[in-house]
Amino acid sequence: MALQDIRRTFLSWPVVRQLTGSDPTGRGAAVVSDHTRAVTARTETADRVVQSICPYCAVGCGQRVYVKDEKVVQIEGDHDSPISRGRLCPKGSASEQLVNNPGRQIKILYRRPYGTEWESLDLDTAMQMITERVLDTRARTWQATDDQGRDVNRTLGIAGLGGATLDNEENYLIKKIFTAMGAIQIENQARI
Amino acid sequence: MAECHPVGFQWVMEAKARGATVIHVDPRFTRTSAVADRHVAIRAGSDIAFLGGIVNHILSTDSYFREYVVAYTNAATILRDDFVDVDDLDGVFSGYDPESGTYDTATWQYRGRTSVSAAAGEEEQIRNSGGADGDTGQGGDSQQHGHGSDQGGGRHSGGEDGSQDEASQGARGAGHELGGHGANLGHGQVDRDETLQDPHCVFQVLKRHYARYTPEMVQEVCGVPPEDFLAVCRAVVENSGRERTTAWVYSVGWTHHTVGVQYIRGAAVIQLLLGNMGRPGGGILALRGHASIQGSTDIPTLFNLLPGYLPMPMVQEHGSDSLADYVATIASPQQKGFWTAADAYTVSLLKAYWGDAAQPDNDFCYRYIPKLTGDHGTYQTVMDMLDDTVEGYFLLGQNPAVGSAHGRMQRLAMSHLKWLVVRDLNLIESATFWKDGPEIHTGELRTEDIGTEVFFLPAASHVEKDGTFTQTQRLLQWHHKAVEPPGDCRSDLHFFFHLGRMMRERLARGEDGSGPLERDRPLLDLVWDYPVDEHGEPSADAVLREINGVHLSGDKAGQPLSSYTEMKPDGSTSGGCWIYTGVYADGVNQSQRRKPGQDQSWVAPEWGWAWPSNRRTLYNRASADPQGRPWSERKAYVWWDAEKRTWTGHDVPDFPLDTAPDYRPEPGVGGPKGLAGDDPFIMQGDGKGWLYAPTGLLDGPMPTHYEPQESPVSNGLYRQQANPTRQVFPRPDNPSGPSGDEPGAQVFPYVFTTYRLTEHHTAGGMSRWLPYLSELQPAFFCEVSPALAAERGLENGGWATIVSARTAIEARVLVTERMVPLRVNGRTVHQVGLPYHWGVGSDALTTGDSANDLFGVTLDPNVHIQETKVATCDVRAGRRPTGADLLALVAEYQRRAGITLATGNQQRTPVGDQPSPLTGS
Repeated sequence: MALQDIRRTFLSWPVVRQLTGSDPTGRGAAVVSDHTRAVTARTETADRVVQSICPYCAVGCGQRVYVKDEKVVQIEGDHDSPISRGRLCPKGSASEQLVNNPGRQIKILYRRPYGTEWESLDLDTAMQMITERVLDTRARTWQATDDQGRDVNRTLGIAGLGGATLDNEENYLIKKIFTAMGAIQIENQARI
Repeated sequence: MAECHPVGFQWVMEAKARGATVIHVDPRFTRTSAVADRHVAIRAGSDIAFLGGIVNHILSTDSYFREYVVAYTNAATILRDDFVDVDDLDGVFSGYDPESGTYDTATWQYRGRTSVSAAAGEEEQIRNSGGADGDTGQGGDSQQHGHGSDQGGGRHSGGEDGSQDEASQGARGAGHELGGHGANLGHGQVDRDETLQDPHCVFQVLKRHYARYTPEMVQEVCGVPPEDFLAVCRAVVENSGRERTTAWVYSVGWTHHTVGVQYIRGAAVIQLLLGNMGRPGGGILALRGHASIQGSTDIPTLFNLLPGYLPMPMVQEHGSDSLADYVATIASPQQKGFWTAADAYTVSLLKAYWGDAAQPDNDFCYRYIPKLTGDHGTYQTVMDMLDDTVEGYFLLGQNPAVGSAHGRMQRLAMSHLKWLVVRDLNLIESATFWKDGPEIHTGELRTEDIGTEVFFLPAASHVEKDGTFTQTQRLLQWHHKAVEPPGDCRSDLHFFFHLGRMMRERLARGEDGSGPLERDRPLLDLVWDYPVDEHGEPSADAVLREINGVHLSGDKAGQPLSSYTEMKPDGSTSGGCWIYTGVYADGVNQSQRRKPGQDQSWVAPEWGWAWPSNRRTLYNRASADPQGRPWSERKAYVWWDAEKRTWTGHDVPDFPLDTAPDYRPEPGVGGPKGLAGDDPFIMQGDGKGWLYAPTGLLDGPMPTHYEPQESPVSNGLYRQQANPTRQVFPRPDNPSGPSGDEPGAQVFPYVFTTYRLTEHHTAGGMSRWLPYLSELQPAFFCEVSPALAAERGLENGGWATIVSARTAIEARVLVTERMVPLRVNGRTVHQVGLPYHWGVGSDALTTGDSANDLFGVTLDPNVHIQETKVATCDVRAGRRPTGADLLALVAEYQRRAGITLATGNQQRTPVGDQPSPLTGS
């Protein structure tokens, strides 16, 4: 190997560049390689950035959702948030996988009574079947009065248990429709 | 907090950098302990003794903030002289009925009161009614209707069916509602002794009650050495007062107990005595664990609440089922504060629900609301599934097979359903229990025998829909939709809107074409016309507008309300959740505000919107002294501007803006005008912070220590072992282990507690399917001390089997000095730590036994929350048996411990040796 080559190799070592150049802490130019220089962050090439809120705990950290070609490509902390100041924990940082996880179940599955395997079902059929189940159960279990003849106007045949990642608007519609159909057994993680 | 709310914990570290003292009280040493000034290892389930010890320290050293206490709390209020405290009744307060396991709270009242009634200002009528809570009329009514204690005893005596008498059911159904809307106090006029010397004033009663909570007692009960305990007392006292404030921060480590509500009350007593409520840097802060769990309580999907903490109506006698009677149970017009407008909040809700159909002449469709008759909470409902009275179940982003107490009961209950709809991001264990649940492995269930029809509907993620989350400080933050959900994934807004639409279409036709039935009117008259986009997705913005409310008539017809104070009881306004009114103030979706934190004040009022009225700190009138001046410049927050004659400050004042500090209402004036200028607690019927709760709680006016449902030690304060009003379910499938000195208690000699890890989320539905998080925390484990490992032959990295009275599970062993054996009552108590994220299934990236399978179902009486932070167990080296052998192992433990239906389910102890309850007079 020619001396010139050895010198070039030696001098291009990050530690040498760090000690001899303008980046003594080794957090900038001294440690950037050609490869790194050629890479562009997904956050820079995104078509748009959408402000969101982390769906895990109740601290309510701000998220920035980076979208390219109508796909989420990255989720990062929102520096503007006075709550989180741009930070996310391991769960919030991993939330892109919540959206894009290849194992995510995106099709409806159906298990018939006594069945041993899942079957497939389309959305409209599933909605029709569920509507029938709810109305049939409601009719079968309707209580106009209790055993002392007092008005109750309800069914005890239908129950619900919701997670606390439901939006307020979703909870509002759930409580409203359950109440209107007389189903009182609606509960939430908030009790658990 | 560093583990479970890491990003919020940055503010604790900021405070520490500015000189704050950080104390961590926890059975385990965690990432929080690592950076705290002091970690105090405590026995799980003993916190009331610890908090009571601090109260005793404050009172016995005269360290309380006297000016604050006298002016802003009920310390000076005189109680009835027939109130008897626990020390004179061997562990129960006066009014206890051992047959029903409930209290008549008449003797707990302020002097001059008997029982505060359901009907406004008519408390005399329900004098000593025997109602278990005796203040809302809900629990009390069911007693009055003559079907109360004569049917009682089933639950106390450990009957086979676990039946509960209806009176206590009614009381229990009502309990949580009080937590929401505060207790009805009849009126705000009370007798006070501001010298705090009257022996029957709250201050003196409190002082006597906590006198026994000495540092030595704290050591005996909690296992905390006196020097550590006193260091905590000193730090809390020194960091309170005019110049400084102390905050208490808790999570489900305080709520998952049979005395959970009283834990929080314990902190409230300390904070009121030290003047730390309504002030910057003070408060009792619930670190809630889910993105919108606060919202799920505010706009509840809870059986006993309507939006804005209005109660779900309880069954009424014929002829009294009116809107007026309902409103009277919430507040009387003579009491102080903002609950006196409950009629306006209720009518506005009814108008939001039923629109034009809701008219004055039909009580605004009030009777469309179905009625409760008792506890219809999630655990009662699961037992009803086992009794085959529940046919259908919706699981909406919730995984009870793993996340609820007593997983086996949850899964067996689901196998009894006719149909189950699971809406989730992933194929959680609650969706697959019929093919790969633990009971399939033990042979208790066979897939081919399970008749449950299961629909799995994939859900849209948070970036695939618009909407608001309400975070832990009541802040509503809008999240914008970034992309369309893939495949069949849809939001719950989509699902329920279309389910409702399709039901209404079918019912409008009538099942046989003969038109709708009477019972279908509430559905058909419902306002259910939300605009949808091209994908059929309803507008979340339109729903939020409905929640906010609008003017329905007059000059402003059609305009959004700006404040709940604009709501009217005459039907001229609507609003789906009164406390959220203002989120659309000025026609602007305030939850979308994103003014960068660096561009506004430290209170950051222009980021999102906090209920109520964008207030960031509640009861902030208390941040100023009785004359309206900041307690100190350093702690200035909200104050009275005498020149402009208005309250002002860094936050939205939580007080009528024009009520001067020296204003005193005429006797008999109720509502906001009934608040004196120094009544900062504007939602309390007397305007004061309650050191002592005369009404509103089912298990006592002051926190007093009880052992958990299962405990290796006896109660060090009296013979009453556990909360005498806890909700027990004596059923063959819900056994409890013996406690304290009972024979067989040594079979389950250890305490176990559960918790979360930073890298996982609750029952795992949003974390165990993610590659990054599953790699970071790949397996279920238990944390044990080196001493316990030696005692039981456990090896780090090996396997352990943890056995409770319900089941046995296996976990990898982590031997760590973070777990410290405690000296309690002269003996060593070992504690075992179990993260509860794992479940048995086949779809997640990481699966394992579920810690919640170890627990039974025993509940706090006020809120029906299960005791899942403490129980007893044994620990054995090696893996658990499988199949039928697992059942045999558990049965052998039950036999050895001598467990019967009565074990642990006797509410009053010791059994058959009780002083007769004194109820005064």
